[in-house]
Amino acid sequence: MAWSAVVSEAREEAVRPSRIRPLLASFAPWIVPLVLLLLWEAAARFGLVTARLMPAPSTVALAGWKALLDGTLVHHTLISTQRALVGLVIGGGLGFLLGLLNGLWKPAETLLDSTLQMLRNIPHLALIPLVILWFGIDETAKIFLVAIGVFFPLYINTFHGVRTVDPQVIEMARVYGLDRAALIRRIILPGALPSILVGLRYSLGLMWLTLIVAETISANAGIGYMTMNAREFFMTDVVLLGIILYALLGKLADLATRLLERRLLRWHPAYQANHGDRN
Amino acid sequence: MAQVALSSLAADPASAGLSLSLAGVKKSFGAVPVLQGFHLEVPASQFVAVVGRSGGGKSTLMRLIAGLEQPSGGRLTIGGQPVNGLHPDLRLLFQEARLVPWQTVLDNVGIARGPDWRARAEATLADVGLAGRGQEWPSVLSGGQKQRVALARALVGRPGVLLLDEPFGALDALTRLEMHRLLEGLWRERRFTTILITHDVAEAVALADRVIVLKNGETALDITIDIERPRRELADPRAVDLQRQILEAV
Ligand SMILES: Nc1ncnc2c1ncn2[C@@H]1O[C@H](COP(=O)(O)OP(=O)(O)O)[C@@H](O)[C@H]1O
Ligand SMILES: [Mg+2]
Repeated sequence: MAWSAVVSEAREEAVRPSRIRPLLASFAPWIVPLVLLLLWEAAARFGLVTARLMPAPSTVALAGWKALLDGTLVHHTLISTQRALVGLVIGGGLGFLLGLLNGLWKPAETLLDSTLQMLRNIPHLALIPLVILWFGIDETAKIFLVAIGVFFPLYINTFHGVRTVDPQVIEMARVYGLDRAALIRRIILPGALPSILVGLRYSLGLMWLTLIVAETISANAGIGYMTMNAREFFMTDVVLLGIILYALLGKLADLATRLLERRLLRWHPAYQANHGDRN
Repeated sequence: MAQVALSSLAADPASAGLSLSLAGVKKSFGAVPVLQGFHLEVPASQFVAVVGRSGGGKSTLMRLIAGLEQPSGGRLTIGGQPVNGLHPDLRLLFQEARLVPWQTVLDNVGIARGPDWRARAEATLADVGLAGRGQEWPSVLSGGQKQRVALARALVGRPGVLLLDEPFGALDALTRLEMHRLLEGLWRERRFTTILITHDVAEAVALADRVIVLKNGETALDITIDIERPRRELADPRAVDLQRQILEAV
């Protein structure tokens, strides 16, 4: 309440010189990128870099605008996003469930954990040739790779989260008569959540990384296809556009987890009161 | 002596205390005996303090009564019934409040749920002096406030027995005195049988009807504190004398 009051007050009196300082502070992180962008633009305009290899930002923006108008931008972005999300739901979901199972139930851990730890050491991108042999170059291959990529961060962090819930709190909950279902739902899952969200964050990073590699190798739609196709026709602006799109999608995923953290971990001292750390 | 409580007692018969009985209770961890044939009879609604040196088996005794540990031998009854496992009419308070950090104060107090739990939790929060604080997170509370919440959580189900294991040990002196007054007031009103484990002899004498000194797994002293309530802790010469007796036995 006090915070929103401060904000509206700041808006009303933004013109007063004493209020300019915070405004400047929130603008400051953008200064360097903007200067770099301007330098790049100038370098391209004055022929300091070969426009064919490094087109000006304005050219890239124009390519983006054109792709937006003819629908290809949305088309490819949607296809890539869909692949990423399907892979995340399958691989991440499995990782979460197995992490939960092994964290809660010792026999499952004994049976499965060492095998999973062994498989974890295989870099999942090393599987690409095998995956192409198995699935060809269709959707399944890409989704499979993404699923494997996101599986381990979620598995490991869910397992770890479940195992490190304060045993004193668990004992207390037992004393108060919580049955196993209530214990899991009200104590263990929320207690493991900070760790699970860390896993999700790692997973999202790996999700885009894996997809970029998979789409670049073989695809007939998606952002990776768009850039590889553009490369063949030497449309460097579209290649750069693809790279920027990947960056934006990655940033978006990161933002989503941050929001999720702030919402789900409201109880956590690290997410309380300090509204100041939003930049 | 329970005039204050009569009205609320009549409305809620479950708030009366339960008697406790330990007969020849033994407990050892591996080869290490902690309790060897321990006897204790606590009539319903009595307030007993247990003092003793660190490592003397006080916490073990409490965990046995609570059903958190199995005795290696002997008989243990609560309200005349043999104890096996956790007892729904018995509640504990530890040195750490053990609140669930991701649940609000109200959800913590009402952790056992049951009919009308919100209303009961709110009323009990008011009883411990935290009216209207139900929607806050535990992490914003002070140590004393957390312990008040834990006390509310223990009392919301109107237990017949309350066990407290050095509950105020981590609090500063002033807060501790406040908690003493709060606990004594609630006990006088609700008459739950109380076992308070403490290393603070003054605390034991200030609060209890009876003080037991636990030494080498046995009762080294068992005395009645016959000072009228409410007690003024520091002033009374009888209290000072009792404290000296207890300290000699520890
Ligand atoms: N779970 C346990 N496993 C092994 N030894 C224990 C355990 N709990 C307590 N003990 C031992 O029992 C003895 C009594 O401990 P405790 O009951 O905690 O004493 P107090 O509360 O009086 O300080 C100590 O020597 C302690 O090391
Ligand atoms: Mg102890």
